[in-house]
Amino acid sequence: MSYIIPRFRHPCTVPNDIGYTRQDYEGALSTLCAGCGHDSISAALVQACYEMSVAPHLVAKLSGIGCSSKTPAYFLRQSHGFNSVHGRMPSVATGAYLANRDLTYLGVSGDGDTASIGLGQFAHVMRRNLNMLYIIENNGCYGLTKGQDSATADVGSKTKHGQANVFSPIDPAGLALNIGATFVARSFSGDKAQLVPLIKAGLHHPGFALIDVISPCVTFNNIPASTKSYTYTREHMTAADVVDFVPAAAKYGADGAIDVKMPDGATVKLRRLPDHHDPRNRAAAAAAVLAAQERGEVLTGLIYIDTGRPDLHAMLETTETPLRALDEKALCPGARALDAVNRNAR
Amino acid sequence: MKPLESVNEFVVRFANVNGTGSASANLLFAKAAFRMGIPIGAKNIFPSNIQGLPTWYEVRVSEKGYIGARGGGVDLMICVNAQSLAQDIASVAPGGYFVYDDIKPLPADLARGDITILGLPLTEICNREYKEPRLRQLFKNVIYVGALAALVDIDFAVLKGLVADQFEEKKKLIGPNVHALELGYNYAREHFTCPLGLRLKACDKTGDSILLDGNTALGLGAVYGGATVVGWYPITPSTSVIDTFRNYAAATRQDPETGKNNFAVVQAEDELAAIGIVIGASWNGARSFTATSGPGVSLMSEFLGLAYFAEIPAVLYNVQRCGPSTGMPTRTQQGDVLLCAYASHGDTKHVLLFPSTPKEAFDFAADAFDLADRLQTPVMVLSDLDLGMNDNMSPPLTWDDNRKYDRGKVLTAEDLENMKEKFGRYLDVDGDGIGWRTYPGTHPTKGSYFTRGTSHDSYAAYTENSDIYLESMHRLDKKWQTARTLVPAAETERTGKGGKRGALYYGTTMHAAREALDRLAAEGTELDAMRLRAFPFPQEVEDFIAAHDEVFVIEQNRDAQMRSLLINEFGVNPDKLVKILYYGGKPITAHDIHDKIARHLKDGKRSQHVA
Repeated sequence: MSYIIPRFRHPCTVPNDIGYTRQDYEGALSTLCAGCGHDSISAALVQACYEMSVAPHLVAKLSGIGCSSKTPAYFLRQSHGFNSVHGRMPSVATGAYLANRDLTYLGVSGDGDTASIGLGQFAHVMRRNLNMLYIIENNGCYGLTKGQDSATADVGSKTKHGQANVFSPIDPAGLALNIGATFVARSFSGDKAQLVPLIKAGLHHPGFALIDVISPCVTFNNIPASTKSYTYTREHMTAADVVDFVPAAAKYGADGAIDVKMPDGATVKLRRLPDHHDPRNRAAAAAAVLAAQERGEVLTGLIYIDTGRPDLHAMLETTETPLRALDEKALCPGARALDAVNRNAR
Repeated sequence: MKPLESVNEFVVRFANVNGTGSASANLLFAKAAFRMGIPIGAKNIFPSNIQGLPTWYEVRVSEKGYIGARGGGVDLMICVNAQSLAQDIASVAPGGYFVYDDIKPLPADLARGDITILGLPLTEICNREYKEPRLRQLFKNVIYVGALAALVDIDFAVLKGLVADQFEEKKKLIGPNVHALELGYNYAREHFTCPLGLRLKACDKTGDSILLDGNTALGLGAVYGGATVVGWYPITPSTSVIDTFRNYAAATRQDPETGKNNFAVVQAEDELAAIGIVIGASWNGARSFTATSGPGVSLMSEFLGLAYFAEIPAVLYNVQRCGPSTGMPTRTQQGDVLLCAYASHGDTKHVLLFPSTPKEAFDFAADAFDLADRLQTPVMVLSDLDLGMNDNMSPPLTWDDNRKYDRGKVLTAEDLENMKEKFGRYLDVDGDGIGWRTYPGTHPTKGSYFTRGTSHDSYAAYTENSDIYLESMHRLDKKWQTARTLVPAAETERTGKGGKRGALYYGTTMHAAREALDRLAAEGTELDAMRLRAFPFPQEVEDFIAAHDEVFVIEQNRDAQMRSLLINEFGVNPDKLVKILYYGGKPITAHDIHDKIARHLKDGKRSQHVA
């Protein structure tokens, strides 16, 4: 248990455009360890949703199993949440999204949940370009079962028990690029300035948005020999782009940034770094991720974005009305249609 | 040996090579008999293979209406497969008939003196008539159906009518097909004494019945039941359920203005994802289902436990095949009863429905959605390959246009607005063990809750408190008692004459069991009978068992799974329930059931464990 919920509120707490205060976006008291990176991600989610004036009840929060997957209870208390089974959140999200295309879907997963037990579902949800934000709270270890290596742990990275990992790591961002995810980002739980705009852009992206957030495990994996610790990440982070997210209505000046227009007029604003890629170029993005890996660096920021691809509903050509809202009249062919069925079966 | 003689009561079996187009020709024969008003049962015995292995198609014609598998030898064998010749000739009943393609003379060691052997020069006729090898192959099948028309007196006009219906869209194929029928017909008339002792005679015993496979019925039932989201993974023998749903939904469910689909079908990466999609969609308020077979249910079990404990509706159609493991994927069995009843770890149990006919498959497919929504729990329809992939005679499909979908206990925004007390997702407000639920996005400030597979209190909050945990487990049990009153009742099939003896059966065992019980009755042994249609077992099942000293439980698996389930649920004395089992992968036969019951009656308990 970390803290008691502070009663004190900043006097400047003001409602956002739709009348909600920041407090309205919070959730139950976190039961994660004090200092857990995951709590910072929850806080970033609260801030992003508050600033974007997202109606909390129009968000569905989904997760698998593990420390990360507990967190949807700790933010957006007015949203329905679904803590499903280990590694299977993507399929639950797929069904939920098909049932009602009008909600915003936010999935929270961990590195074990995504890269080990759930690797198959993770891969296939990206193929479907499901319109959701998928956050990996990536600490390179299994927290709830006390610190075993996860599949994202780097070779040679040591756990608290002192053993070095010998197996090749899975890089969720690299994999996402390979499979064809349409929004691939990486960030660090200790860098809210970068994470918040990425979350906003991801929530806004009209397709599958992945943010792989390095989120050190303070209890089992925050040691110098781990490549998912605070120290290591801070020392080896290299930002591909500094991001700002500009809603459709806002105005901003030209400052040499790359502007990626969303289909609805909003803009993701990126600053190009001289020796880095254009995030709209998938091959360059993949190369940049690999190059950073070889240098032992963690490439953060918006690595790749493509807003032009059809999402799952577009691919399946489903109706604009949420499927769950259709009634007998729209769904049942009726008794007379069975006459033809019976006739053909004689 | 006197050749068999029978009008409208015999079994014809076709032996073919799979992948040669024989299925549609054989169906032509089955449908012709059906259109002549004679009840038929058709069984396809096929390999798990696409091309080149032996396959059989058996048609039982029975004016008496016995459309289950009969058992015993075949009365008339049409052998068009040299690979299985020896086995096929051996399977003919004494006095029966064996028709074969006499491109080669029948090996002397296979010849039998007690049957009539007719050589039909199929290959020769085809080689003479057709130049293209593909046509020779295709029309060979049609020619033997033509010959059969002469041999068993099929009304040729009926055959022609079927061909015309079959090629309604490609009319130029009608002529060549009718010609092929005539080639066979004329050859048989000229060379054999027609008809044989076995023959068809038009009657009026089919009424308004239809010939339909159970998978089509399930797929249609899902459309009628209002399913909009489908997650699935291909597996024999369930795949055509989804094909039917998709095709029929595409034909009837497109938005008239935009042409867009009022349904969504996703072929998932595996069965785990398939049921995950169903649970996600149902949680979010859509009607959703998956279709699978035993191996799929094994994979889905973890999710089924979640849906049970978190109380999320889910509909699953299990077209059972022969297990264990990969087993015999193209053979039938009722082997998943226990797997489905108790799927997943911990104390779980699930609502099961057991259809016996395509009509019932259609009804249960739709009813499953009402039950799942009402009970907020998974509902599984247990069909099997015999029902699912064979054309079964059935009452016609019907639908009541006044029927409203029962979406169960769902609170609207208005309900929430007017609520004075605090919303509790798992509060038993009405005493039936079922809480009220809300769909995500219903109300800005009321009705949200956190769905979880971890232990939770009435307000869906996490708890490790034993008392609260027990309370929710007991409430789930109360809901189970409510389910007993909502599922389809068991059918009393024979009553009043059986005294202290009865029989229980379910699903595709029905037809063969009815015939066997008729035979036993004719021999002087009456049994009362009840057909199970659902789990949890309604009260009448308990009463039926209580009212009899000895109950035969007839089913198609080795371990007498339904019997175990009855013992487990009711605490019945196991000695009272006698196992009558067949599990070889082909449909259970009337002969087999009759003989096993008769032997038990003669020998008493000694035969109880003889399957």
